[in-house]
Amino acid sequence: MITTAKGRLGRIVPAVAIIGTGALLLAGCASGSAASGSATGSAKFDYLGADTNTEISTVLTLMSKDQCSSENTAQPLSVGTTPGTGVDQKLQLLAGQNALPAISTASGTPSLMTQFVEAKKIVNITEALGDESSNLLPAAQSIITKLCGGSDSYVLPTEFNIEGIWYNKKIFADNGITVPETWDALVAASQKLEAAGVQPITADGKDGWPITRLIGNYIFRDQGADALQAVKDGSAKLTDAAYVKAADAVAALGQGGAFGPSVGSIDYNGMENAFLTGGAAMMYNGSWTLANFNDPAQNTIGLDNIAYMPFPAVTGGKGSIDDTPANIGIPVMLGQSSYGTNTQAWIKCIAANYGDLALANGGVVSGFKVTNVPTDLPALTQVVQAKVAATTTATLWFEALFSPKQTTVSQNNAALLATGSLTGEQFMQMVQDAGQ
Amino acid sequence: MKSVLGDRRAIFALLGPALLVYSLIVMVPIFWSLGYTFFTGSIVSGFTPNGFDNFVEFFTDPTAWSALAFTVKYAVVLTVGQVVIGYAFALMYHFYLKRASAIIRTLVFFPVVLPTVAVALLFQQFFQSAPTTGPVNGFLNSLGLSSVDWFGHADSAFWVIVAVDIWRSMGFYAVLLYAGIVDIPDDIVESSRIDGASGWKLLRHIILPLSLPVLLSSVIFSINGTLKVFDSVLALTNGGPGSGTTPLTLYMYQTSFTYGDYGYGSTIALMLTILCLLVTVFIFRAQRRDLTKA
Repeated sequence: MITTAKGRLGRIVPAVAIIGTGALLLAGCASGSAASGSATGSAKFDYLGADTNTEISTVLTLMSKDQCSSENTAQPLSVGTTPGTGVDQKLQLLAGQNALPAISTASGTPSLMTQFVEAKKIVNITEALGDESSNLLPAAQSIITKLCGGSDSYVLPTEFNIEGIWYNKKIFADNGITVPETWDALVAASQKLEAAGVQPITADGKDGWPITRLIGNYIFRDQGADALQAVKDGSAKLTDAAYVKAADAVAALGQGGAFGPSVGSIDYNGMENAFLTGGAAMMYNGSWTLANFNDPAQNTIGLDNIAYMPFPAVTGGKGSIDDTPANIGIPVMLGQSSYGTNTQAWIKCIAANYGDLALANGGVVSGFKVTNVPTDLPALTQVVQAKVAATTTATLWFEALFSPKQTTVSQNNAALLATGSLTGEQFMQMVQDAGQ
Repeated sequence: MKSVLGDRRAIFALLGPALLVYSLIVMVPIFWSLGYTFFTGSIVSGFTPNGFDNFVEFFTDPTAWSALAFTVKYAVVLTVGQVVIGYAFALMYHFYLKRASAIIRTLVFFPVVLPTVAVALLFQQFFQSAPTTGPVNGFLNSLGLSSVDWFGHADSAFWVIVAVDIWRSMGFYAVLLYAGIVDIPDDIVESSRIDGASGWKLLRHIILPLSLPVLLSSVIFSINGTLKVFDSVLALTNGGPGSGTTPLTLYMYQTSFTYGDYGYGSTIALMLTILCLLVTVFIFRAQRRDLTKA
């Protein structure tokens, strides 16, 4: 019996060793080295975008027929899409195979973009554009460099969104509320609205970010615009009292009933719908929501009834109410392995023309300079365009410098914070731990 | 035919292509994944060996332990629910509905063929509390009770997931167990009835022991399926609120594909595989012991 067991073991051990060695070789053979493209770049100017965004491909197609027709002749535009939910996975796989297309949607995860930069998988846009970099808005450049680290840009800002609180003017007037300029005034306004039977704020608790944005902005207003950079650098922790104070403030707002019942069950469309049908007085959102505001089928409260207010100041805080929270939406990046002189000509053409064309075609405010502002823009779009043009520095959002795991933990637990299931300290501890 | 099957080269020619395809599609990814458990990094930045660090991380990661606890709790509750309710239906088909059971069998089996995501969306609406009130909360309100935020708390969300998955799968187990009960010879049942066995006694001493093999097969099917639960949780709660309903499979998916940590994700997958193997071996051994006793 022992002999049989020994014999079996004698056969199993070499087999396991061979399998193990093979498995290690298989796993280890994946490489992160970058390949450089030919002198002129790939044969086609391939664009890979999320299927949820048709704006970029539409503008590129329009350019290929007009302003960038000669570039299109040298390197014809080819448009492809990938499911919006799997963009990061697709980009990782393509980058791992040195097969990123000439131009593609950038990753929504800043830490993944950092990996692309460090592995030299994407093109340094600042170098590629040269003098044409002046076509990028200073505020957009400020965001890009904050996200990528260093001083160079690695993405083209096909959107530029400011964020803040959109409010229903009629509800404010009916309840005698003036636009809150401090956090305390916002809390008081919420209490007043709730007492009058009006839901103060609608928030997408399912995705979590409209709640965590409040935490991030509170931190910026209270601790200054570089407060979350300090966390990234390790000189501060989210569990420090100054940071926990922000989560506690948002938790207290939620426990007071400001977000209405079952905030964890409300998704993005539910949030938009509640605000645009008069079900709530305020909504934290980015300026990308203008497309919904400008749609009469969705907006039953009327375009004239909506106004923008910046995130309020925190009394005694180091930050300024003039620091505008902003993001560059879904930017695009250039694959190093497909890059060449033809691609460079294409992006110079894009930098020179994208701003005007995106604004005229879809009313999209981009991070490129606009030379011809259309006269028929809706009023709120004009307000946003003016605000964007006047902004020189912008603050990021709460999770902008976090790892993907921290981002998920933060956004997944936001609704629990807003309903009182988690304290501010517990929430911040979870997010801090996820980064270690 | 004998001469063909006796020729090694003929066997190789017949089985070789299928074996090659199977190896490339199934075996290579498994061993590749096994190799990743000893590496850290990503496909973008490349991989570097890190020994047993991923295993140490698994045993010290509170999220992994809470995902494991959820997985085991879900597997036990759902296996008991699926098999007990399925068995009850099977008994009802055979002893009460008899030949008239075809329509009921079809109706109970119907949810099995529905796509999981469609069922999940249906039940999301059923249990909704905001922005509109779903039928379940509507019923509670009609009784004078206040609405429950079913998906806002891990405990209530767990029971919603269990209810959905039992509703979705009980028809399959009912048919599987019905096939086992039908196989019991009628003369044994009749003779036991003549001897005075009926109701609970008949079930306990005749039906249950004779249907034990198919019952244990059902348990193995169920426990292995439920330990690997993914789609219904993803569609119903996405693991939330927080990570309150996150099973190991979803945590593995998030770790590998959202956080880009293939090494640790593969380690979680390996742990889940070992768990499935252990449970299956345990049930097989229990089955062997029971049969010997009988």
